[in-house]
Parts: sequence; structure tokens; C-alpha cells
Amino acid sequence: MSQKTDHHVILRVVAKPLIPIISLFAFYVQFHGDYSPGGGFQAGVIFAVAVILYALIFGIAPAMRAVPPVFTRSLAAFGFLLYAGVGVWALIMGGNFLDYDALFNEPPGGHDGQHYGILLIELGVLLAVAGSMLSIFYAFAGRVTEIKDEDW
Amino acid sequence: MIEWILELAPAWAEAHAPALIVVLPLLAGPICAFLPGQGRTAWLFTVLVTGLCTLLALVLLAQVQSVEGGAIISYAMGGWEPPFGIEFRIDALNVLVLLLVSVIAFLTSIFGWPSIQAEINEEKRAMFFGAFQVCFMGLLGVTATGDAFNLFVFLELSSIATYVLVALGSGRDRRALPAAINYLLMGTIGASFYVVGVGFLYASTGTLNMADLAVRLQDVGGNRAVQVGFAFILVGLGLKAAMFPLHQWLPNAYSYSPSFVTAFLAATATKVAIYALVRFLFSVFSLEYIFEGASLALILAPMGIAAMLACSFQAIFQSDIRRTLAYSSVAQVGYMLLGISLGTAAGVSAGMFHLVNHALMKGALFMAVAGVVLTYKGTRIHDFAGLGRSAPWTMTAFAIGALSLIGVPLTAGFQSKFALVSALLSSGWWWAAMIVVFSSVLAVIYMGRILEAVFFRPPNNPQKRHKEAPMLLLVPLWILALANIWVGINGNFVSGLADNAAAALFVGGAQ
Repeated sequence: MSQKTDHHVILRVVAKPLIPIISLFAFYVQFHGDYSPGGGFQAGVIFAVAVILYALIFGIAPAMRAVPPVFTRSLAAFGFLLYAGVGVWALIMGGNFLDYDALFNEPPGGHDGQHYGILLIELGVLLAVAGSMLSIFYAFAGRVTEIKDEDW
Repeated sequence: MIEWILELAPAWAEAHAPALIVVLPLLAGPICAFLPGQGRTAWLFTVLVTGLCTLLALVLLAQVQSVEGGAIISYAMGGWEPPFGIEFRIDALNVLVLLLVSVIAFLTSIFGWPSIQAEINEEKRAMFFGAFQVCFMGLLGVTATGDAFNLFVFLELSSIATYVLVALGSGRDRRALPAAINYLLMGTIGASFYVVGVGFLYASTGTLNMADLAVRLQDVGGNRAVQVGFAFILVGLGLKAAMFPLHQWLPNAYSYSPSFVTAFLAATATKVAIYALVRFLFSVFSLEYIFEGASLALILAPMGIAAMLACSFQAIFQSDIRRTLAYSSVAQVGYMLLGISLGTAAGVSAGMFHLVNHALMKGALFMAVAGVVLTYKGTRIHDFAGLGRSAPWTMTAFAIGALSLIGVPLTAGFQSKFALVSALLSSGWWWAAMIVVFSSVLAVIYMGRILEAVFFRPPNNPQKRHKEAPMLLLVPLWILALANIWVGINGNFVSGLADNAAAALFVGGAQ
């Protein structure tokens, strides 16, 4: 760590234990979203915030090494595909698009499909939201000036 | 042809076509972003998906037409029955728009490859096609859905993808960036107005399903909240449809975006917004409301006429061909709005007929311009001088599109303008019919300037050698150009579809 960033020592010390807790809290919001306020979108934002906090304290370059932009972009696309994929799975099993009841061909009264269906969908939302938040953050934070001052 | 399609289509395609036509590009968007290479695989994949969507649209058309007077196909998303769940509802009106959007997307994505190779950076091409798929999916979704809020979601999806697509024109012209920001601000205001309007309707009826809204609004009557909601929706969708004077975003967005995007947007984006407007005007609200009748006669008709005159004049004074065509697009939206504002089946039918024909002619014109951008790198009239000799195939197709835009007999434009004028005359609006003819004269002037330069002026650069656009571009271009002539000679197919669409609205399409 260089001399220059030394006066951020308090920030670094405080942020280090916070970041894992924030990520953990994201998953709490995600999986407890069935019973309490929360769900994929909020969890995705909280998860992205953990990485953004890391980038703010330790710099954008280490953050991009830890969570590369290619990964965040793919995460966003993959989350989207997971969501739509559940819908297509229901289609293949003979139901309508996104019909969770059709997922496992359950007898009437069985609701496993409803449970797993929404769980997977919310996971897709988590990945897509976290991926896109981070991609947007990287796009802004990692931007280099395209026009030099003397070119104006 | 109907039995033939229904026989060939597999059962799953028939049962799930309303969802699949939106789900396919929805899946294809993120997959495109993953595809490796310099965009060639993404392009082939896009052509495949848009082609499949065209087939699905044909299946839907066959299903709608299999019943006398037009069937209504209702698809419950997730198995939740409407009006509680989201419903996709296909009738004679939106199947026409679905078919139009997917055919245009198919043709433009075939021609797109050479033009994208020239205009978009290698590493951005796969993402570009991904954004295009999302835009395409959004437009189809707006058309297919029967849920007012779902329509907003799809409208935003397609618009956000469109802003990205427009901004990617910055590789060719930096002015694409302010154009995209301008479009973003205007488009977001339009979408917000729409969603505020839907909020008012939801507050007074408690439902978001369009068919259900139509029934409940009759009980609620014309209270103030409904009127405010109606006004917000009219302005919001009017902004998206480039209704005069809310069209300021359009000329720049069309002039500076990549050629491929311009050809696709000019033929589809505003058309889908007009469809949504028609859906709300006639299907959700009904003509019994006094405020709606007044808005048709006092707002839509004057705005349409103002667009026809003001934007045609503006088109005359442009030196850039893409701007001329963009202003002419706003003027053509005026024709459609004028037809719709009559509030009669004949008027709406003429409006829808012109909507389809305008997509055919503007698609052809912008594709031809894309060909010239590709080979000669210029879009000013000055750059087009003498091109009739050095690129005869491209320019002949351009001329057919131009004649169709003017409304010369034996072209598509004549058929729909004729339908519009007869609808106007049968409602006694002879003065409006005269303005339509006058505006067509203005079209003669602005397209005539270009054609004169293309065919009769010597090339300003004598070094310009014979250089035609590539085959991949010429084939879809000529398909569209020949479609203009085919509709012009035998317009029964398209005008029949437009008649069915209007009939679906007026005979109880909502109920």
C-alpha cells in the first residue's frame, strides 16, 4: 500500500469486515424473500454494493481484478437466460410460458414447482441485477477521457 | 394458404405461438452477447431468429384468419387466467403489426451484415445484435400483449435497446451521441406519461388487462381521473409515435444512427407506437366518451395535418437525404393519424393500410441509402449526384420507394393514399382530402430533388466508378421495392388485412 492512501486506513479497516457481511446479507434478503420483504432485485443491488464499496475503498483496478467486467457482463446475460430458461422449461413440459405448476408434471395439489420455480427466477433476477449494476458502475468509473483537454 | 400453414406448423408452435414469438428473441438477446467471433455467428443467429419469428407471425395470422371475422387468441402467461394474470391477446389488428415487424426485422437483418461490418467496431458487433434482438423483442411484446402495464415494460425494453443502437452510430458520426441522449430524454418522458396514465386508469378501475379495462371503463364513465389518464396516455404514446409536435427526437435519431438501425426503426418503431395508440383509442376507451371524440377531431386531426404540411416543408429544405426521409416519416405519421382521427372503420383501415405501406417504402428507401453509405460514404444530396449511372440497381429500387412515397399510381403509396382520401370524403372532410393531395405535391418536390440529382445530374466526382451495393443488400432491398409495386397493383391482400384489423376494433374487438 502506498504512502498516499495511508490516511484511508480507518476506512480500509472498517470496510474489510463489512464487505463479507454485506454479501451475506444479500443472500439473506434473497432467500428470505419468500417470507419477508426482499427478493432478487434488492439482493442483487446489495450484492453489487459490496463490490462497489470494495472499489471505492481499494480502487477500481483491484475491484476489476477481483470481479472482471467480462464476468459481470456475462453474469447479467446469464441471469436473464436463467429467468427465460425456466419459462422455456415450463413450455417444454407442456405448460404455458412460466407456468411453474408444469415444471415437474406434478399431480394436482403438488406445489413443488411453484416453490422451485420462483426460487430459480429470483436467482436469475439476482444475477442479472448484480451483473448489470456492476457493469454500469464499471462503465462509469472506468471511463477514460476520450478527448484531451488541449484538443478542445 | 391458411390451411397450408396450419397443416405444416407443428402443434406446439400453434399452441404457444403468441408467447414464442416474443420469447425467441428474448432468449436470443443474451445468447447473442455470448457468441464468439467478430459478430458473424451473432448475425447468422439473428437472421435465424427473425426468420423463425416471421414464420410464427404467419402461423398466428393463419390462426386469426381461420375464423370468419377474425379469431381472438388469448394466451395466459404462467397459466394465470386473465384478467388476473398477464394475457397475450392476438386479434386481427395486432397480428398485422406482428407480421410487419417480424418481416421487416428479417429483411433488415439479412441486409445488415455488410453495413454493420463497415460501421460497427468488431468487438461491439455481438453486443450490437444482442441489443437489436432486445429491441425487436420489445416491439413484438408491445404488439402482442393484452396488459396495459406489460405494454409499458415492453415499450421501455425496446426503447432502451433503441437508445443503445442509436448511440452506436457514433463510430460513423459523433452527433449520434447527442441524438441518442435527446431520444433517451424524450422517450423516457413519453414512457413516464404513459405509465402515469395507466396509473390513473388503474386507480379508477382496479384492473390492468385491456379487455377488462374496456368493460369497467363503461361503468366508471368519463370521470376526471379517467380523462386525465386518457390525456397522459395520448401524449405518452404520441411522443413515442412521433406525433407532431412531439417529433423532435426523430430526425436526429434517424440521421445519425447506423444505417441498419435507421432502416429497421423507420419501418417499425413508430408503427408499433401508433398501433398502441389505436389500441387505446378504440379498444380500451370507446368512442362514446365525449372527451375522446373531441380529442380525435380537435387534437389528432389538426396535429396530423400540421405534421403533413410542416414536416413536408421541412423535408424540402434538408440537404441530407436521411434527414429528408426522417422529416417525411413524421409527415407520413400525420397521414396515419388523420385516418385514425376520422373515428370510422374506413378511416382506421386507411390508417393501418398506410402504416404497412409506409413501412415498406421507408424500409426500401433507407436500405438503398444504407447501400450508398456503404459504397460511397455520403448521405447528402450532393453525394447522390449521378449515382443513377454508377449504381443503377440500388437507385432504381430507391426510385421505386420514392415514387411510392409520393403516391404515384401502381405503387403502394397510391393505394393507401387513395383509401385515405376516400375515407375522408365519405366522412365529408373534403378539405382534409385536399390537404392530403397538397402534401403529396410537397412530397413530389422533396423526393423529386433527390431523384433529379440521382438520375440527371453528372457525378460531382468523375472518378466515381461503377460500384453497386453488395448482393446481400440488394436482395432484401429489391424484395421491399417489389412489395411496393405488388401492393400497388394488387393491394387486396394488405388492404384486406387492414380492413379486418379495423373491423376487429369496431365490431367488438374489445369485448
